[in-house]
Amino acid sequence: MSLLSVSDLHTHFPTPQGALRAVDGVSLTVAKGESVGLVGESGCGKSTLGKTVLRLVPPTSGEIVFDGEDIARLPADSLGPFRRRAQMIFQDPFSSLNPRHTIETILTAPLYVHGIGDRAERRRRVRAIIERVGLPLSALSLYPHEFSGGQRQRIGIARALILGPDLVICDEPVSALDLSIQAQILNLLVEMKRDYDLSYLFISHDLSVIRYFADRVLVMYLGRIVESATGADLWARPLHPYTRALIAAIPDPSRRRQAAPIGGDISSPQDLPRGCSFHPRCPIATSICAERDPALEMHGAGHQVACHHAGSLVRPSTEMVGT
Amino acid sequence: MTTAAPLLDVADLTIAFPTGTPVIDFGFTVAEGETLAVVGESGSGKSLTALAVMRLLPPAAKIVAGAIRLKGRDLRALPEPEMRRVRGREIAMIFQEPMTSLNPVLTVGRQIAEVLRLHEGMSAPAARARTIELLDLVRVADPHRRVDDFPHRLSGGMRQRVMIAMAVACRPRLLIADEPTTALDVTIQAQVLDLLDRLRRDLGMALLLITHDLGIVGQWADRVVVMYAGRRVEQADATRVLDDPLHPYTRGLLAASPRLDASLHYSAGPLREIPGSIASARGQPGCPFAPRCPLAQPSCRIRPPPLAAVRPGRLVACPVTTASELADVAAVGL
Repeated sequence: MSLLSVSDLHTHFPTPQGALRAVDGVSLTVAKGESVGLVGESGCGKSTLGKTVLRLVPPTSGEIVFDGEDIARLPADSLGPFRRRAQMIFQDPFSSLNPRHTIETILTAPLYVHGIGDRAERRRRVRAIIERVGLPLSALSLYPHEFSGGQRQRIGIARALILGPDLVICDEPVSALDLSIQAQILNLLVEMKRDYDLSYLFISHDLSVIRYFADRVLVMYLGRIVESATGADLWARPLHPYTRALIAAIPDPSRRRQAAPIGGDISSPQDLPRGCSFHPRCPIATSICAERDPALEMHGAGHQVACHHAGSLVRPSTEMVGT
Repeated sequence: MTTAAPLLDVADLTIAFPTGTPVIDFGFTVAEGETLAVVGESGSGKSLTALAVMRLLPPAAKIVAGAIRLKGRDLRALPEPEMRRVRGREIAMIFQEPMTSLNPVLTVGRQIAEVLRLHEGMSAPAARARTIELLDLVRVADPHRRVDDFPHRLSGGMRQRVMIAMAVACRPRLLIADEPTTALDVTIQAQVLDLLDRLRRDLGMALLLITHDLGIVGQWADRVVVMYAGRRVEQADATRVLDDPLHPYTRGLLAASPRLDASLHYSAGPLREIPGSIASARGQPGCPFAPRCPLAQPSCRIRPPPLAAVRPGRLVACPVTTASELADVAAVGL
């Protein structure tokens, strides 16, 4: 059974121009021990999706079933047990750590809030976790500004793990870090997964990081999942033209001075195009793409794609746009 | 590489703050029309070097040694009014975050036109017409309408295009691009790099591309200088450095990079790490990378190793690599 099962989740924000559909009907699962990667560009709704799953942002509709219980409609004061088991690691550990608190205070707070242990027990847990994430005990008496970006992310990881969660949502956990530090943090997250039997929903704009980290990959565009496959299958056989463009846009020395894979900007989620949201940028779009929104359909075992021309490399010549 | 005098020649540059020396004996050349990448992580001093070339260093920073020559002219000795003419007309610069470089209360058209009126002495109608041409050149769709937009109406990619239009308005010989795509999405990043390369060719300008991304270096640069903690540690043709990195730092960066190897997956084992952080270079009398280096010798901690030419156009500041490279060369009788 899946640890997390999200069905037809919507998160809309009211704006003067009408509802902004940040998450627009997403279904996904995370199995126990699985690492699911969620990739997309800024504004596609991936962070909102992560926050909605943790009920940090209220869902508009849909189900969020965690370990058999739908938490989408639980009243906020009943979310305590869920919050202990589902935690988040943020992109910028500096803005998510209180600058006026020592690391010891920051790490003790979740234990205190959830009423775990007495003073001595909390102290023991804090000391254990700080060493486990690779920082010295002397770090506990320091403040966030006294650490480098990589060390701060270690603190962010310690804070997320101190309650012993089952599910951790990582929202761009290495995007703000230098390359030489990224590998350290990714390796630490993998060790933590093994040692604490964690399941991850790993959100990133960086397909190469996702490729390393995920068992299964979801590609998101303008509030929807447009492709879902195992990592290996997605790399070998990307079927959605957007996934193809993302892969082709990774800077790669083997494509010396080649033209950009797709033009255009991501459309505004407040003013979604009719039909498939990707069609204004799509190299293989035809007239049907401007009319009908493609559903997510199976194309081989465990591989889902939302595209009228899934797998086509060129626009079908029989049906040109505008004819 | 040509034997002609370089367009830009930075030699032995040392920049000091009261609290430290972020750039030490740094140097590179940029030939007419080429793309030189300076690659390094945050804290390596790459952006300060670019600002020094533009003479836009923050007041606390001082150039304490070195020369910066543009076509043989020493920019350090230039009086400020002349330097103002160099900026924009001969060297232009774009930055990582276009929103903070654009004035939010002026239309983008007015900001581009201002450059043309100031440097080229154009009339207002002529500058506006040229501005629309420039927006078209940088592939802003619908330039007649966009010219009257305020910056907040544009996406990040469009804003960077506007900055590029402003930068190339006076056809500079050299464009310095400091992490021009770091704040952009990958598909937009590819578009902007593509645009910069096209402009380099079409306008015959050189590009000094400052980046932390070795993939970008390999795809878009001719040559690369690898910078670590203020020093040049390696220099090579861009494609060579990725196929055959020599300095332990460059090697470590490539090994730690998930993007360049499709076979890497967490289930198959950890990524290669570079232990520690760049902060460990501070106060080192020797090689700045020695505290993190798997090959470090006792001598590395005493004084910084000199840059040695191990092959034509190939420099590396590492005695261990240099010795083994020269031994290889001797072995094949070169």
